[in-house]
Amino acid sequence: MSQARGGAGSGAREDGRDGDGPLRAHHDGGVSAEGRPERRPGELNARELLRWTWRQITSMRTALILLLVLALAAIPGSVIPQQGVDALEVTRWKEQHPDLTPIYERLDLFSVYDSVWFSAIYLLLVLSLVGCIVPRLLVYAKALRSRPPATPRHLTRLRDHTTYTTELPPEEVLKRARTELGRRHRLRPAADGEDSVSAERGRLREAGNLLFHLSVLVVLAGFALGALFGYQGGVILVQGSTFGNSLTQYDDFDPGGMFTPDQLDDFDFTVDDFEVEWLREGSGAGTARNFEAQLSYRDGDADPQTYDLRVNHPLTIGDTDVFLIGHGYAPVITVRDGNGDIAWTGPTVFLPQDSSFVSFGVVKAQGADPQLGLEGLLYPTFEMYDGDPVSVFPDTLHPLVSMLVYTGDLGYDSGEAQSVYVLDKDNATQVTDKDGKPVRLDLSEGETAELPDGLGSVTFEGIEPWVRVQISQSPGKEIALVGVILALIGLCGSLFIRPRRIWVRARTADAGGEGDTMGATIVEVAGLDRSGNAELAEVLDDLVATLRRGEDHTDEKERSSR
Amino acid sequence: MTDAAWETLSNQAVAAAGLVYFIALLVNIAEWAALRQPEAARAEVAVGAGEAAGEAGAGEAGADRPGRRTSSERVAFLGRLGYLLTCIAVAVHFVALVGRGMAADPNRVPWGNMYEFTLSGTFVLALMYVVLYRRLRLAWMAPLVVGFVLTLLMVDVIWLHEPVQPLREALNSYWLVIHVVSAVIATGAFTLGGIASVVYLVKLRAERRAAAAGRELSGWLARVPSLDGLDKVAYRVHAFAFPVWTFAVLITGPIWAHEAWSRYWNWDPKEVWAFITWVVYAGYLHARATAGWKGRNAAILALVGMATLWFNFIGINYFSTTSQHSYAAPVVSIRGGSLHEHHGM
Repeated sequence: MSQARGGAGSGAREDGRDGDGPLRAHHDGGVSAEGRPERRPGELNARELLRWTWRQITSMRTALILLLVLALAAIPGSVIPQQGVDALEVTRWKEQHPDLTPIYERLDLFSVYDSVWFSAIYLLLVLSLVGCIVPRLLVYAKALRSRPPATPRHLTRLRDHTTYTTELPPEEVLKRARTELGRRHRLRPAADGEDSVSAERGRLREAGNLLFHLSVLVVLAGFALGALFGYQGGVILVQGSTFGNSLTQYDDFDPGGMFTPDQLDDFDFTVDDFEVEWLREGSGAGTARNFEAQLSYRDGDADPQTYDLRVNHPLTIGDTDVFLIGHGYAPVITVRDGNGDIAWTGPTVFLPQDSSFVSFGVVKAQGADPQLGLEGLLYPTFEMYDGDPVSVFPDTLHPLVSMLVYTGDLGYDSGEAQSVYVLDKDNATQVTDKDGKPVRLDLSEGETAELPDGLGSVTFEGIEPWVRVQISQSPGKEIALVGVILALIGLCGSLFIRPRRIWVRARTADAGGEGDTMGATIVEVAGLDRSGNAELAEVLDDLVATLRRGEDHTDEKERSSR
Repeated sequence: MTDAAWETLSNQAVAAAGLVYFIALLVNIAEWAALRQPEAARAEVAVGAGEAAGEAGAGEAGADRPGRRTSSERVAFLGRLGYLLTCIAVAVHFVALVGRGMAADPNRVPWGNMYEFTLSGTFVLALMYVVLYRRLRLAWMAPLVVGFVLTLLMVDVIWLHEPVQPLREALNSYWLVIHVVSAVIATGAFTLGGIASVVYLVKLRAERRAAAAGRELSGWLARVPSLDGLDKVAYRVHAFAFPVWTFAVLITGPIWAHEAWSRYWNWDPKEVWAFITWVVYAGYLHARATAGWKGRNAAILALVGMATLWFNFIGINYFSTTSQHSYAAPVVSIRGGSLHEHHGM
């Protein structure tokens, strides 16, 4: 078949396709030519030019720059400790960099993602997005109602076109074209005496595009809901203890800006049991897995239910999620005063210091007179190594507590709130033996040590495990999720749907016209691909092949030159 | 086979794959070297370059001019040999992955730590190249892809190697499969697109210089597709990778993070950089779709994206304080510090 295409060779066409030719500018401007076939491609009137300019400046380029600025602005938060993420690390960093701290604080660098300047960037981006999307929605709504555009007069002026001659009458060619194109295109209704078919497809690309951008707004809304109304709280619970969901029960609590306590769901749960499996051999020896806390919980006044709380398997009660995020040991220690009366007994939460699970903790026997305080370490599997106590395995195979003893005023009288993990030793004295050396109690499970000077005794009764549980509400998370999924669908639409217009014109050749046989039909096929990335030439070839199916192809002149 | 035997097999397979990649790289370099010819032979090789797959085009072009046949056939032969070797290397690479998964007790997907993640990532990259070789006519990027994979494998074995260990608890989830597979696929595709963009920029520069000096482009650069073709390949690969990355980073990532850490988005450094990567690539697609940035600007943006991608993959672990999350005290928490620290993504 003859493929007189675009006048230039294939190389030139390839290069030209992505150039900013008049047609491209014309269509990227979103101005459709429908109904005005007499206008030359590339011609814009003042209003269209204004709109084109407005779109270019207000949305596209600005949005692009804002996007890149957003990426840049996110960087500091990944290298500077963030208050909302790790307050402890922030404190440590501030201590190490006293000079930089005031500057950083002024720039909000410890809470980048809540800072004014970061918010400003994404709010501007949202604004730009809305400014881009709203007009485009209107344009799209209008375009949805419109018919495919009329066939341009000079199809051969389009970048992608092909021409062939056939013995079939024009009506037959057009009929075939309508059938073939009608399968996957919308067709412009045929008018009387029309010598062409105009087809269009892929208008969903713009729908996808719009869906994507609107979904970004949905995601932001969901995210904002979570930030405003959500909360995160943590609590350490020793096996056997019960948590009732009220503010006072939390060890730490981080509410969103508009959180109100009456949001707290009414439930309670008890940690009945906690089990963990330690690997004893292989390269993974000493690591734990299959953490499982058995809970019995009550949702409001409902009957108690049980749940095996595991990592990756949170428990959902109402709007609240309960997560298992940590574990440790709580040695049960009994302190008796000089009279033999129990001044303190119970499990005391010790905090693991590293992966050996050597844990630090304090015991405060404020009921004793004078008050007694213990501070020291728990070794889960104790051994002496070169004269130093170490733990050789994180499981409690041979636990030992090693504690120093203090007596006197533990600071309760000041009335200030105390951390249960810190012993206030300002007004207390360390207990020493006869030689003046500090007394250190090294107790294995079940052992009791007498304190000097008739102060009393300390017994290490046993060990209970504790779990750290994170309790949170993240309202809006479903909204955000739906938003992202819609965004992905829209994104795929906008990337993979190829909007395309295809025209077929068939007419009887004039005498002497283009050297063709008098009476033959000249068929012009042309297309316009607005995504700019499709192989339109192949599409047209396929179409021509279909239109010519069953024809005699022996004419040497009509062989493809490709 | 015992777990130890599987682990040994995996280690040996990595070494073997590295060796075969290396030979493939040598062959591909020899192929490029063969393209550096005296003036007279150039035109004809350039014709062969039209069919980037090398074989058919070069063969036909040579057939028209019998005298010049040998050099062009040699190029085609080396190209085919290089591709074949790469395929073999990918197969051996796959054995290494399977061995790694079988060596763990219980058996698991072979991406539980940085070493395994890099092993999987390079495999997917090489596999994608092999699979898309014909469809996207990628023959011209052979030495670049193979060189990249080989370099990363070496980094992996020398610096990141760890013995097989059971999965950390927080990783023990089916999201590990979904999230990591999609992230790895996107990473592989972005990298292919990035390589195309690098070549685009190099060729653009060379073409300008050649034009300024009034001579024709020679050597391997004459053989890579036209600037327009490179641009298009880069776009197509990026357009594929971006939705996959979106799925990995903004859908499966947060879902899993919510289940394992209780927060679906916590501005963890890994999350921040995944987000930055996403934004940069969004900018790339946005620029192409609406601002009409093609060619050079788009290629530069794609490279910025690839830089953030690989920085996130490896670099961030060394730059940011590891405890920069609510899971600060690493071992108090079951989560064991950041998930990302351990499995790379």
